Amino acid sequence: MASRADVLASAEVLDKYEPVIGLEVHVQLATRTKIFCGCPTSFGAPPNTNVCPVCLGLPGALPVLNERAVELAAQAALALSCRVNAVSRLARKNYFYPDLPKGYQISQYESPLAEHGFIDIRINDAVKRIGVTRVHMEDDAGKSLHEGFRDSERYTYVDLNRCGAPLIEIVSEPDMRSSEEAYAYLTELKQRLQYLQVSTCDMEKGHLRCDANVSVRLRGAEKFGAKAEVKNLNSFRFLRMALDYEIARQVAVIEDGGTVSQETRLYDAQNNITVGMRSKEHAHDYRYFPEPDLLPLQIGDCWLEGLRNAMPELPGEKRARFVQSYGLREYDAEVLTQTQELAAYFEKAATVSRNPVEASKWVQGDLMALLNAQGKPIAESPVAPEQLGELLALVSKGELSGKMAKQVFARMFATGAAAREIVEREGMRQISDAGEIEKIVDDVLARNPKQVEQYRSGKTAVAAFFVGQVMKATRGQANPQAVNDLLKQKLGR
Amino acid sequence: MDIAQLTLDRIREDLIARRYSAAELATEALRLAEAENPKTNAYIHFCPERALDAARRVDGKIANGEDPGALAGAAVAVKDVIVTKDVRTTCGSRLLANYIPPYDATAVIRMERAGAMILGKANCDEFAMGSSNENSAFGAVRNPVDPERVPGGSSGGPAAAVAQGTAVVSLGSDTGGSIRQPASFCGVVGVTPTYGRVSRYGLVAFASSLDHIGPFARTVSDAAALLHAIAGRDEMDSTSAFAPVPDYRAGMNGGLRGVKLGLPREYFKGLASETGNRIEAGVGLLKKLGCEVREISLPATDYAIACYYIICTAEASSNLARYDGVRYTTRSASPPNLIDMYRASRGEGFGAECKRRIMLGTYVLSAGYYDAYYLKAQKVRALIARDFQQAFEKVDAIVTPVSPFPAFKIGEKIDDPMEMYLSDIYTITGDLAGIPCMSVPCGKTAAGLPVGMQILTNHFDEPGMFRIADAYERAGGFAGA
Repeated sequence: MASRADVLASAEVLDKYEPVIGLEVHVQLATRTKIFCGCPTSFGAPPNTNVCPVCLGLPGALPVLNERAVELAAQAALALSCRVNAVSRLARKNYFYPDLPKGYQISQYESPLAEHGFIDIRINDAVKRIGVTRVHMEDDAGKSLHEGFRDSERYTYVDLNRCGAPLIEIVSEPDMRSSEEAYAYLTELKQRLQYLQVSTCDMEKGHLRCDANVSVRLRGAEKFGAKAEVKNLNSFRFLRMALDYEIARQVAVIEDGGTVSQETRLYDAQNNITVGMRSKEHAHDYRYFPEPDLLPLQIGDCWLEGLRNAMPELPGEKRARFVQSYGLREYDAEVLTQTQELAAYFEKAATVSRNPVEASKWVQGDLMALLNAQGKPIAESPVAPEQLGELLALVSKGELSGKMAKQVFARMFATGAAAREIVEREGMRQISDAGEIEKIVDDVLARNPKQVEQYRSGKTAVAAFFVGQVMKATRGQANPQAVNDLLKQKLGR
Repeated sequence: MDIAQLTLDRIREDLIARRYSAAELATEALRLAEAENPKTNAYIHFCPERALDAARRVDGKIANGEDPGALAGAAVAVKDVIVTKDVRTTCGSRLLANYIPPYDATAVIRMERAGAMILGKANCDEFAMGSSNENSAFGAVRNPVDPERVPGGSSGGPAAAVAQGTAVVSLGSDTGGSIRQPASFCGVVGVTPTYGRVSRYGLVAFASSLDHIGPFARTVSDAAALLHAIAGRDEMDSTSAFAPVPDYRAGMNGGLRGVKLGLPREYFKGLASETGNRIEAGVGLLKKLGCEVREISLPATDYAIACYYIICTAEASSNLARYDGVRYTTRSASPPNLIDMYRASRGEGFGAECKRRIMLGTYVLSAGYYDAYYLKAQKVRALIARDFQQAFEKVDAIVTPVSPFPAFKIGEKIDDPMEMYLSDIYTITGDLAGIPCMSVPCGKTAAGLPVGMQILTNHFDEPGMFRIADAYERAGGFAGA
């Protein structure tokens, strides 16, 4: 079987069809303890050590809902413009699996925590609204370890540390029409949740997991095609590749006169294909019913309002403010708001420098270049934002040239020292004092009468020579603008 | 000492007066219980070390002049569906034959804190499913009154232990009558408190929205004292109530003048005549004590059995899913694959009644049937609860029989589940409504079989219920009016 999407269907054929995509995103909430017991949620503990009778599902144990988990889930829902239900219910989702010790997952079914939200994404410079059907809470299952043990041929090992970790599932409407839109939706979703600190959204640790419902239909058709649920999309890159493959696969099936079957498919990243799961593995009747061990979850307006007020500025709001208050371009604002840390860094540097546009340029330019070269996140920048701001302020005041500032910045990055300290220690102060520069200019002109003659006879290009000489004499510290002005003044005479 | 004659107050008095020590009492109680057990099979196993540890703590407190607790020296049996740390908890099931829990139920912790000494774990129907205690993997329990007869179920062991005088009080559980029906069959007091009054943490779930822990005792006062010790909010059970726990015994002795009793006409149809006569006489005594009696109607009663067996089996099918052979349960030998391992382990492990209820419950929750069965049953449940609410606007308490008939013979109904289910007809409504209800002895049939009278009151009105039961007991009602 061909493994690449473009082998399955040509661009022209693909273009006849419209993909329809909805995403189901699972996010682990950043609580200290599990959703129904007091066990820690910390990652990487030895297997089966972060457990207790409740998360082990021992006979007689009962769940108690973690209030912090509800707070985070509700904040996530608010950030997605959902309506948080005044009363919602936990429900049991029944199925057998060795890493599900209770024999059911506690989730939400008929009355979820929140509904009717949306996310606006930016696609080709236009804004598109993607509906969020619902946000509901649930507990995670444990982990089945099929590999890595001496007797893995015969046994599967189970680690229940993750069992009971608090999750929310965010279900979108089938509103996306390309892998790019799905990518943009997931990006925006992740960014908001990270801003809220609702989750780390660390995909490697499984804190953000994504499944996609995909179907295709002829452009202009009203009815949706049969959909496949694609699982195992463990990175943003895989999401896009898996969707592109699956879309092309379905188009190829239809073009070949076949029909797409409704099924669950796994993405195989190694071969970049999706593979159908045996139908038995997903032929579930979960027999949902309200969880009798937990009371209906009632959420009061005051409590919700308190949460809303405690929410930080979200990326969209921040972007708009950066454009409006700092005069940044839309693109720059978008880059600078990618993470809260980066945005905060920029804002501090912009405030101290009193020159937001310069700060934006420097943060995106020199700072990011040096950080990327060392693979460091913004939080580990050796140059504090205030220090960058001070450096830029020196440039604004004319105490440093742009060129010198770059050298100073490199020194700051290497040593962590403040700009002024470096400037003074290395004698890199820019000479802007007119008297001081005039003396040097006079000296240079006096020592080069021939070039003065050439200039006056019309070869104004020699001006550059004079500037170079002045710079040489001042070891580059003269304010170039002042030098130019003085030269023009003296030579023009 | 004659354990069969002891009450909680008497034991406390004797201990404080140093007539005997708690250790001596525990030793004697253990000896007696083990010696008597072959007659009734009331206990599945004993935990002498735990009982003696508890006794030593009580003796230590008395030696230090400290209050040894309201249940000091109480030799108790605990139904084996209530978990006990480091003590085998089988739920009467082959699947948990070797299961040793790593934690204690809240009720157990509270009971021991008040000075109780747990002698052992009492027999019961498998996972508390049954009305005769014949569904235990560890053998049927025999009624101490007549060993040919069942003690009732599912808490047959705790009822028999108290009735035969090996335990002073005991802890049972009630989902559809599992405390009151065996209490009535064995001639002891059995209390099902308001839902949420006693924490369910550590009670192995059968049907979570209906499960209760409650006491058995030989006197109303002892039952009230045990309930008082274990009741109250528990952080580990979200469904446990915040309402303060009154001193139930302080409210007794009040007399019953002007207390309004309702007799629901639906509960007096199809009664065995001897049972009917006993209840009638009991009501007559209550009248003599000053109660005003009137007939009432609880019209949704006719649907109670159907409603109950849908809800309880639905919840049971989910609650029993964890016994799958993967962890603590017995695993079938060399299963070829996961699915077959599940099937074999559960097939070999569960008894017939559990399987029947798992199948029924799985069916009623299935896609396409949920609305017609489970959802409908929930609506009926609300109607049953509403019936009671309306009744309690007119009366203070409701009096009914506990069971349509007295203890039946072992083997008599076990092959007819429908007949067995019908024996719960008067007790399941109290569980469905979540109201407090209890069984008090009210004499015996000509054949000497005990009959139980049920008293039901409104949510959290255990004080009102105990007041009636206590006055009735003092007036000699237990022996029959």
